[in-house]
Amino acid sequence: MGNGTQLGRVRGLGAGGGAVVHHWWLQRVTAVASLFLVLWFVFSLARLPSLDYASTVMWLRQPLVAVPMCLLVVSVFWHFRLGVQVMLEDYLHGSKRVIAMLALNFYTFALAALALFSVLKVALSAG
Amino acid sequence: MAEFSLPPNSVIKATGKTYPAPAGAARTKAFKIYRWNPDDGENPRYDTYSLDLDATGPMVLDALIKIKNEVDPTLTFRRSCREGICGSCSMNIDGSNTLACTKPIEEVKGEVVITPLPHMEVIKDLVPDFKHFYAQYASIKPWLQTVTAAPSGEERLQSPEQREQLDGLYECILCACCSTACPSYWWNSDKFLGPAILLQAYRWLADSRDEMTGERLDALEDPFRVYRCHTIMNCSNVCPKGLNPAKAIADIKLMMLERAG
Repeated sequence: MGNGTQLGRVRGLGAGGGAVVHHWWLQRVTAVASLFLVLWFVFSLARLPSLDYASTVMWLRQPLVAVPMCLLVVSVFWHFRLGVQVMLEDYLHGSKRVIAMLALNFYTFALAALALFSVLKVALSAG
Repeated sequence: MAEFSLPPNSVIKATGKTYPAPAGAARTKAFKIYRWNPDDGENPRYDTYSLDLDATGPMVLDALIKIKNEVDPTLTFRRSCREGICGSCSMNIDGSNTLACTKPIEEVKGEVVITPLPHMEVIKDLVPDFKHFYAQYASIKPWLQTVTAAPSGEERLQSPEQREQLDGLYECILCACCSTACPSYWWNSDKFLGPAILLQAYRWLADSRDEMTGERLDALEDPFRVYRCHTIMNCSNVCPKGLNPAKAIADIKLMMLERAG
């Protein structure tokens, strides 16, 4: 595979291609989306008369709250996954990176699913 | 795992020699210089040379040449043009990568600490090994590539506006100050091409006469070759020619985004 020469090692296995530019772009898109959604989240909570259980549940049952909450969960976890992947690629090499990426994917998808389920459970429960 | 600490045989030991300034020198300056000899089996050390500034030229390279000629002929460094156009004397001076020939001694407060370019294999003293860097340069095919046959008996023409697109790119002298100042290049130089080579790659992407833009972008579309750049900007801060490799890399990413849709 041409790794016996200086240029052969640089050329390596060739360019990875694929979705790499989308990875980079989506990291920026989710950053901006998360900025707006977090701002909405903070202001929306601040406008509540009280932060007790009953009024928070009522707040989350409104469609115009539950939907942005779901978007917030998706945007933040997506951004988290893309960002941590970049760090793993920077600092971990070889099989360590593959194992860490698996752990990252399991962790992100499990937590995001839990968060989405929690929002929907409150939003869709009879009240 | 990225290597954050020096291997044991690269740790700098406090065994350096000190060479005093000549008697009667009114204005002296100390130059603390990294020394490593592959033949003696010793660890690297700092030697300190004190010079009479009234008998030394204004640039750091003048001091290095004076030391080699008059104080210690074993000091090893690269130099050629002494006017910032060949890129040979790139090294780390006072904590920042630059060219010794264009760095005035008086810009450095206190002693002048000089080490080789960071995170490169050292051949001897201030001379780093550029083999991998040059192979990376060769890998981007830094020459004009066309499908159209060369025009018979005339040049390939460019308008002044098309030629302007190469300003800020063609001036690169491949001294590697930028690449060796880049943390991403320190940790992943085996695959990441680094700011110098990416600026050169963009120089051909920006050339109105080149017809291999798509193939060039294909070769760069890789999570390691380009996308280890995290816009840290050390490259643009240190470039002794005042160029902006970070912007060239951003332009490559935008070209990729434009064609990806």
